[in-house]
Amino acid sequence: MKAMFIAFVGIFVIAIAADQILHRAGFAIDEVTSAPSVRLD
Amino acid sequence: MARISIRFLTLLVAAFMTLTSAASAQTVPAEGEPRAETGGAQTLEDILRRQENQKIDDSFRSEAIGNPAAAAPSTGQLGTLGGVSDAEFWRAYRYNELDELGNVKASAKGPSGDTSVTKVVIQDTGMTWLQFRRGPLKDYGGYLLLGTMAILVIFFLFRGRIRIDGEKSGKTITRFKAIERFAHWTLAGSFLLLAITALVQLFGRFFIIPLIGHEAFAPVAIGGKWIHNNVSWAFMLGLVMVTVMWVKHNIPNKLDLKWFAVGGGLFSKGVHPPAKKFNAGQKIIFWGVIFLGVSISVSGLSLLFPFELPMFAATFAHMNDLGLPKLFGMDALPTDLAPHTEMQLSQAWHAIVAFLFMALIIGHIYIGSIGMEGAFDAMGSGQVDEQWAKEHHGLWYEEVTGKPAYKDAHPAE
Ligand code: HEM
Repeated sequence: MKAMFIAFVGIFVIAIAADQILHRAGFAIDEVTSAPSVRLD
Repeated sequence: MARISIRFLTLLVAAFMTLTSAASAQTVPAEGEPRAETGGAQTLEDILRRQENQKIDDSFRSEAIGNPAAAAPSTGQLGTLGGVSDAEFWRAYRYNELDELGNVKASAKGPSGDTSVTKVVIQDTGMTWLQFRRGPLKDYGGYLLLGTMAILVIFFLFRGRIRIDGEKSGKTITRFKAIERFAHWTLAGSFLLLAITALVQLFGRFFIIPLIGHEAFAPVAIGGKWIHNNVSWAFMLGLVMVTVMWVKHNIPNKLDLKWFAVGGGLFSKGVHPPAKKFNAGQKIIFWGVIFLGVSISVSGLSLLFPFELPMFAATFAHMNDLGLPKLFGMDALPTDLAPHTEMQLSQAWHAIVAFLFMALIIGHIYIGSIGMEGAFDAMGSGQVDEQWAKEHHGLWYEEVTGKPAYKDAHPAE
């Protein structure tokens, strides 16, 4: 069952990494589909 | 008093004249035509047909785009600034008839003067897509999943758990190595997360918001979206690993026909058609996972990077070249799609594939867990009892152990 739990942890590691990478690469949806002039953040 | 009434009369006459000249500029339906009664506007029947999602003759609006030529001169007493109202202008814009209006200039026509931009500003396909998503997609998708589960319940009631027929040997052999189990559970764990969050997004509005309210649902939806978007990568990784490791065991061969001939032994006790590492039923699962998995990944990427990866116009062009639509008596598929239409098609396709995939996987989870004694161990610990291996994958057992799996003549011969 170890392989199964490692896989489950791996899924989350990959998910967090993907989120971070896309953010840093400027692929976050707010950066792609919006501009400072239309966002209040 | 007399002066006022004379002025009033002149006004009336002038108004009447402008009205009649404007009316003559439009096509007024002849007596007896249904639209004559509404003065050319849409009728109750049009509205009903629209609600039924049927085609209507929309000339009552596509042609009602004003007529600058018939306008009173701007120098005249009742002269206007043109013969086109706002509504008429936007109708002309929508139906790509701006040129008909002569001197009207629209910067929104797009850089090269093409009118595809108007299809973005006024999206005709948006409503169709929305109705599809909250109508047939949700309904038939839901029925498919419930139906699949109902069939499995019935199967379970009649057949029960498929037991190991012989005596368990107590000795085990390795069925899947750690790396294979890791790949399987990366694929399976991510799939389950994706499926659950997807169902929450699609059905939440109808089943969860009424229960917990909008405020409580909002964080669920946002969290679900985060999971769905980011867990997709693990799914793709698992898919690639599983494909690479198992494709050689899933090439169809003659044994599969024997397996099908006896229904895989699923329906009768003690029937065990010979099989290598994967039997024909598992090959169906495998190839289903590959094809649906690739399709769902590609359409998912197109949704994840909005407008960057449109693929339907190109796909439709290929299908037209192959003559596929004609084969089914259809017109050629559209190859000039607005960006939003591409996204809508990606969503629809992604969701249709997802429902088929979920139905397939519900069946797979059943047989891999409660449906068959000893199956889960293959993916859990990786070890299966020798007796299980002999019964379900006899030829594979012989390959791995070098010992005979069958007492009588070799069934594969
Ligand atoms: C809780 C969920 C799941 C369970 C309990 C489960 C269980 C199993 C088991 C026990 C096997 C090995 C069968 C054998 O020994 O021959 C297997 C194989 C396999 N699984 Fe799963 N599985 C699950 C989810 C999934 C998902 C979500 C996918 C794909 C998206 C998947 C894809 C496969 C494939 C392609 C195979 C190889 C072909 C086959 O044996 O049918 N599994 N699974």
